[in-house]
Parts: sequence; C-alpha cells; structure tokens
Amino acid sequence: MRKVKIYITLKEAVLDPQGKAVQNSLRSLEYNNVQEVRVGKYMEMMVEDTEDIEAQVDQMCDKLLANPVIEDYSYTIEEVV
Amino acid sequence: MKFAVVVFPGSNCDRDMYFAAKDALGEEADLVWYLDADLSSYDAILLPGGFSYGDYLRSGAIAATSPVIDQIREAAEAGKPVLGVCNGFQVLLEMGLLPGAMLPNEKLKFMCHFETLVVQNNQTMFTSQYEEYEEIQIPIAHGEGNYYCDEQTYEQLVERQQIAFTYKNNPNGSVGDIAGITNEAGNVLGMMPHPERAVEALLGNDDGLRLFQSILTHWRNNHAINA
Repeated sequence: MRKVKIYITLKEAVLDPQGKAVQNSLRSLEYNNVQEVRVGKYMEMMVEDTEDIEAQVDQMCDKLLANPVIEDYSYTIEEVV
Repeated sequence: MKFAVVVFPGSNCDRDMYFAAKDALGEEADLVWYLDADLSSYDAILLPGGFSYGDYLRSGAIAATSPVIDQIREAAEAGKPVLGVCNGFQVLLEMGLLPGAMLPNEKLKFMCHFETLVVQNNQTMFTSQYEEYEEIQIPIAHGEGNYYCDEQTYEQLVERQQIAFTYKNNPNGSVGDIAGITNEAGNVLGMMPHPERAVEALLGNDDGLRLFQSILTHWRNNHAINA
C-alpha cells in the first residue's frame, strides 16, 4: 500500500482573493511581515501498489483532482508498512 | 422542438429552466435525471444552475466526470444547441467543451441581483433575437463566477467572436467582463447569468426569453431547410 500526498496550488498568474483575505486577516493580527498568502488544497490517498503508480496519479490529477487551467499540482508517494 | 434539462444531484434551477422551455417558450421539455438520461431524441440540451455534488472539489468538476457527459459531448459534436447556465457553465468548462475556468468572485461574496449584460455577438443561435450591443437585464446568483483564462485564450475568444455577453459593470472580476462565451462552432453557450429567471414580463422582466426564442428560431430555420 502507498500513501499519496497531493498538493494543489493556484498558478502564479492566477489571483487568489481568498489568500488576499487571509493575508489581510493576519495583518489585523499584527503579523505585518506577511507579504503574500496563497491558499491551496492538500489531499491524501491510500492506493494499492501498481507498477505505474506515478503515471496513474498524474492522470488522476490531470483528469479530476486539479484543473490545469488554474492549478498546478505536485505529490509525494510513500510506502506504508 | 424538444429540450432536455439534465438534472444532477444538487441542481436547483432545473425547474426554472424547464419552465422557460416548456411554459414561457411553449415547446416540449423534459427533466432528465443524469443517470437515466438518453439524450439522443432531444434537439437541445440545457444544463441548469445549482450546486451539483455540493460543489465538492471544484464547481462542476464531479458532474463533469459522470456518464451523461459523453452524451452531452456527442450532442455538442452533432451541432445541437447546448446551453449551460451558472453551474451548467461551470460543468461545460470542467468538461473542456468551453475554454477557461471559474474562480471565486473577486470580493468573495455570493451575489444575487440583476446585472446589465451587453450582447456582444448577436450572430449566434442563442442571441439572434437581440440587437448587437443591446443592453439587457438578467439576474446573477453565484459565488464562483469569476471567469478566468490566459491572455492567449482571451485573444482567441475575441478574434473568433466567442464572447456572447459581457457585464456592463463587472460584478465578479471576470477577465474581459465576460458573462457568457460560446465554443468555436457557436452551438455551445455557457453563461453565469440566469436567462431562465427572466422570461415573464408579469414577474418583472422577460429579457431572457429571447435567448430561448433564438434557439427555437435557429431550429425552425434548420428544420424548414431539411424538410
């Protein structure tokens, strides 16, 4: 069994109004050194071992988990003992 | 003419869409549950607004993987009119029938009010009953209607006259004030504002009715040629 951790982030060119609101909120808590906040998504999947697991995760991200128009993704795959 | 309104779990503007086609326009219409749908006998496909699958993951993303999507793609390829409103537009974007994506509104608020739209292209099968650059009043109701595409895609949309409607006073931050776009062939329209909520003068506004009349006019013209 493998544990796949997927990180989905907005592309740099895409404005993130949610991140902006979080940043403003941090500023109101007087964390004035916070220059930028970008909000993304984190997912975990438990996947049965297959030979081409990386190719499979890439496909899952391209087809459903991320929207390539606005989002980038990265992932790590860990062995679960 | 026969309209199919495809109903997903979480659709909530399906009955308004049905009313627009059946009662306001006066044509045949069916509410079609997405799992049982056979769209082959319909002349036009309507994808209603709402929150299909609770907007989980991204608005429209889960609906865009359901089996009925292949039939919608086939209908679009066959040149049938496919109209997606609000969540329906989001589904069309997620399934890749239209370019771009939706982001949360710039000011992060769900907005529900009338907006002034400008008809940018009245040469489509959805807009022929409007004047060019006519200003019409159509209600919006969305939290994620901030249309995004990259610069190159935007230039293509302009060049190929795919921008059907723009907002006069951009409420949500959409690129190029975009309120509705068509595919290149012109038979798939996605728009965030709700024309089906503005089809009865008695209820205050019927600016949206002419969109449905445009679809019917196009169908009748084709039908007369084929007959």
